Order: sequence, then C-alpha cells, then structure tokens
Amino acid sequence: MENRIVIETEELTKVYNGQVAVDHLTFQVREGEVFGFLGPNGAGKTTTLLMLLGLTEPTSGKARVLGVDPVREPIKVKGMIGYMPENMGFYRDLDALQTLRFVAELNGLPRDVAEGRIERALRTVGLFEDSKKKVGAYSKGMRQRLGIAELLIKEPKVAFLDEPTLGLDPDGTNRMMELIEQLSQERKMTVILTSHLLHLVQRICHRVGIMIKGKMVAQGPMEQLAKEKLGVGAEKYTLEEIYMKYFKEA
Amino acid sequence: MHGLKAIFKKELSDHFSSYRFMILFALITMVSLIIAYMVGMTMREELASMAKPKYVFLMLFTSRGGLFSLVQFIAFFGPLIGLILGFDLINRERNEGTLSRLLSQPVYRDSVINGKFLAGVVTISIMMVSIVLLITGLGLRMAGVIPGLDEVWRIGIYLVISIIYISFWLGVAILFSILFRGIATSALAALAVWIFFSFFVPLGATIIADALVPDLNPNNPEAIIKHAKIQKAISLVSPMQLYTDATGTIIDPTRKTTRTVVLMGPLEKLSQARFAGPLTIGLSLLVVMPYILLLIAITAICFAISYTIFMRQEIRSL
Repeated sequence: MENRIVIETEELTKVYNGQVAVDHLTFQVREGEVFGFLGPNGAGKTTTLLMLLGLTEPTSGKARVLGVDPVREPIKVKGMIGYMPENMGFYRDLDALQTLRFVAELNGLPRDVAEGRIERALRTVGLFEDSKKKVGAYSKGMRQRLGIAELLIKEPKVAFLDEPTLGLDPDGTNRMMELIEQLSQERKMTVILTSHLLHLVQRICHRVGIMIKGKMVAQGPMEQLAKEKLGVGAEKYTLEEIYMKYFKEA
Repeated sequence: MHGLKAIFKKELSDHFSSYRFMILFALITMVSLIIAYMVGMTMREELASMAKPKYVFLMLFTSRGGLFSLVQFIAFFGPLIGLILGFDLINRERNEGTLSRLLSQPVYRDSVINGKFLAGVVTISIMMVSIVLLITGLGLRMAGVIPGLDEVWRIGIYLVISIIYISFWLGVAILFSILFRGIATSALAALAVWIFFSFFVPLGATIIADALVPDLNPNNPEAIIKHAKIQKAISLVSPMQLYTDATGTIIDPTRKTTRTVVLMGPLEKLSQARFAGPLTIGLSLLVVMPYILLLIAITAICFAISYTIFMRQEIRSL
C-alpha cells in the first residue's frame, strides 16, 4: 500500500541538559498504518512523540505532521493529533461526560457537534453506562479507555498512544488492543503506539521501529526485520526474538 | 481564545465547589461580621449623645472592633486568601498528570496560566464584594447611617485596591506552584514569604532605623525625623505596608498623607488643626495613586515571572 506520508522526521535531535535523548532520528509513517514504536525505557520514544506534537522543541532537525511543521504551528498540529500520554491523569471530581465536554470546549467544538461526538465516543469505548460516575472512582482500565474516548472527540487523523496498555490486566489489555485495531480499521486512523508488550505489538502493528539510546536501529515490516536479523527461512519468528537481538547488539 | 474561556470556566467552578474556598469564605465572613458588629455597637452608643460627624459610615471600616479594624484585618489576612487559592494551581495538575493532557489539546500554553489567574482574581473579587456588601448592610441597620455618594466611591476604591492586593498574593502563590513540584513545599514557601513581609519587614525596619540613628534624643528633632524616614522607607518594601497606607488614606478622608506624621510641637499641632477639613475624593486618590500603581506593578511583575518560567519549562519535566 503506497499511501501518502503523514509523519516524517529528518535528523530530528533533542538534547536535554547535555544528554542526547533523540539522536538524528529519521523515519516516516504512512497513512493508515499502525506503527509500533519499541525500545527500552529512556530510549527517547516519548520525547520523539512530544516533538512531533509541538510540545517540546527539537534541538535540531525537522519534523512534519500531515504537512505541518509542529515547531511553527503547534496549535494546528495539536488539533489534528490525538495524544494519549503515558501516566495521564484526569480531574477526579469531574465525571466522564464533564471531562469530555471540557476537552470539546478546549478544541472549540460547537455544543451540538460536541454532544454527538461525546456520545459516540463513550459508546465506542464502552463507558456510556458509567458516564455520570466521577472519574476518581474509575479503574485503571476505564481511565485508559476514557483516554481513548477523549482522543476520539477530536476525530483526529493521527493518534499517538504512549503505553496504552501500561498497568492493565489481561482483559483490559485485550480490550485496549481491540479498540486500537478498531480505530485503525474502521476510522482509518494512523496510529503510532509505544509498548513493551511485544506479542501484542506483533499482533496489531503493520510496521515497527526499534529505538535504542535515541537512535532508530531498525524499522520496517516485521517479516523484513526477521529476515534481516534471523536469516532467511525464519518463518516462525517472534518480535521478541528480533527485539532482543537488536537490543544485545546495541 | 476558546481555550482560555474553557479553562477559565473550569477553574472558576473548581474554586466555587471546593471545600477550601467555602471554609475560607465562611471564616472571613464570620470575622468581618463580628468586627463590623462590634464596631456598630460602639458607634451606636457613642453617636446617641452627639451630633453625627462627617463620614460616620467609613468608621465602620476603620474603627477597631475587638482586636483590629476591618481594614487591618484584610491587610493582614487578605494575603492568605490569595495564597490558599493559588498555591497548588499548577503543581497539582503536574503531579496528577492532567497538565500534559491539557497541553496536548490545541490551546496556547499561556491560556492555562492566564485562565487560572483570571479565575482566581474573579473569585477574590466576588469574595471581597460580597463581604463588603454584607458589612455595609449590617452597618446600615446597626448604625442607622446612610453612606453618602462620596463614601460609596471611597468604599469602591477600597475594594479595587484590596482586590489588586490579594491578587498580588495569588500571583506569588502561582509562582511558587510553578517553581516547586511538591504541593506542601509551595504552600510553605508562600507562607514564608507572607510571614516575612508581614512580620519581619516592619520589625526589621525598626531595628535598622535604630541602628542607623542610635541617638534618639527628644531634643534632636532631626534625628527623630531621620529615624522615621528610614523606618518608613524600609517598611515600604512590604506590600502590606503599601496596601495599609493606600487604603488608610482612601477610607479616611481626614488623612492627608500616606506618611506617618511626626508631631513636633504645639505649632505643628496648631497648623494641623487649621487644615483639619477632609480631603476630597479626587485628592485622596491623588495622594495614594503611586501606591496603587506600585501594587499593580508588583502584581504584574510577579505574574510576568511566573509566565516566563512556565512558558520555558520543558514538558518532559512537567
């Protein structure tokens, strides 16, 4: 599938207090892809996402998201991308409905449009029945799904999910994965996600990028990486094997 | 703009639905009413037997009831309102992980801080206006005097200065909530600043003046004046002093200057008495204008510092 490129970076670099977090990163993501961003903790995945969102300025290099430069027009980029941060929090005293209404207001959506989107989003993530409950009383899994609902309010073309399955039980993880597949297949969203659950990444991602110490050491469809690293004929590879191989080499 | 509006609305409803605000408001209203009641009682007794002087109504605010007058009470405890409303505005969002969610929405980063500050100022204003209205109503009933137009204006200006003053402390609290990640740390730091300016600066002013002018001989008027001047100059570092001087002059028309008057001898006293007539409101305002401007300036500076720090902070460290 030769779709157009929605995200591209060129030699993107970020230095925090003398430490290189992201090191001359160049990669592309095409429309409709689910791109798995892998790497050990502190490899610079979150920093890369923040730079793509215009939430932090790159030290050098360029990035383009849907043709827009996030450094120059961060507001425009943030309006087009749904971002679900790692360890996000919600206002505990608001219920799900109020939370989503607030987000709709921040996005400047007219009231009638917002109400329709909020209801649809809540139904999609399965929180409609609990929408009058205070978020403080939500379980971790419910909060993560509320995060997805919040992202849907914007109806973004691109979604960044930072550790969407972190701290979820097996059932919650499964539901989250199904939701992400749904976003990609039904809504044709381009998804970039980071995760350490490699078997799940293998299940839903079209392509992966492995990032170690700020550098992208490999990227491409999994079959290709398997061929490169494990040799031809490795039919029954797992992403885990590929990942560990790269990790040990780095 | 929609971002600012949304944040402002949310912050305002947060303030009004918080226990913190209700307790604070109840406490301040209670103390104000007690003071006003006590002042009203004494006024009624004293006024029964004599012709009513001018500006009786303003005496409700300036006379002592119990320990202090209303003006003194706000000067002293007003900062607490600002500090309590603001000390965790930014760092709570940071700790709970809501700030990164908020900032990933299409809003300018300054909308966050502007919305929060604005909502705080509006909360303070509503609080102060309702307290003053309550006191006015109580005063009307108890003392049975109707404020003249001039007095209403003076009370209005007093309110504006008070709101600026408390907003300054709100600004200080927001600054600390940006600087410190810990909520308790920022609360303590803000309290420390308040205590420093309210207790130590006046104390320090006296000590320094004593040290610089050790020879306080009653026969040496120059030394006494020098002492008073030094003391005054140092104590003006404190926003509380600025506020007390400004409101004192506004609310008391017979006060001609914001300076402390050192009376020297019978002749000065005579000339004082000769010009004892009250100032017009325009003149009073003219006298305190530098003080009001200074209060606005320090509030603006404080806000500007918070603003710059917040805009430069890396999201990663948020």
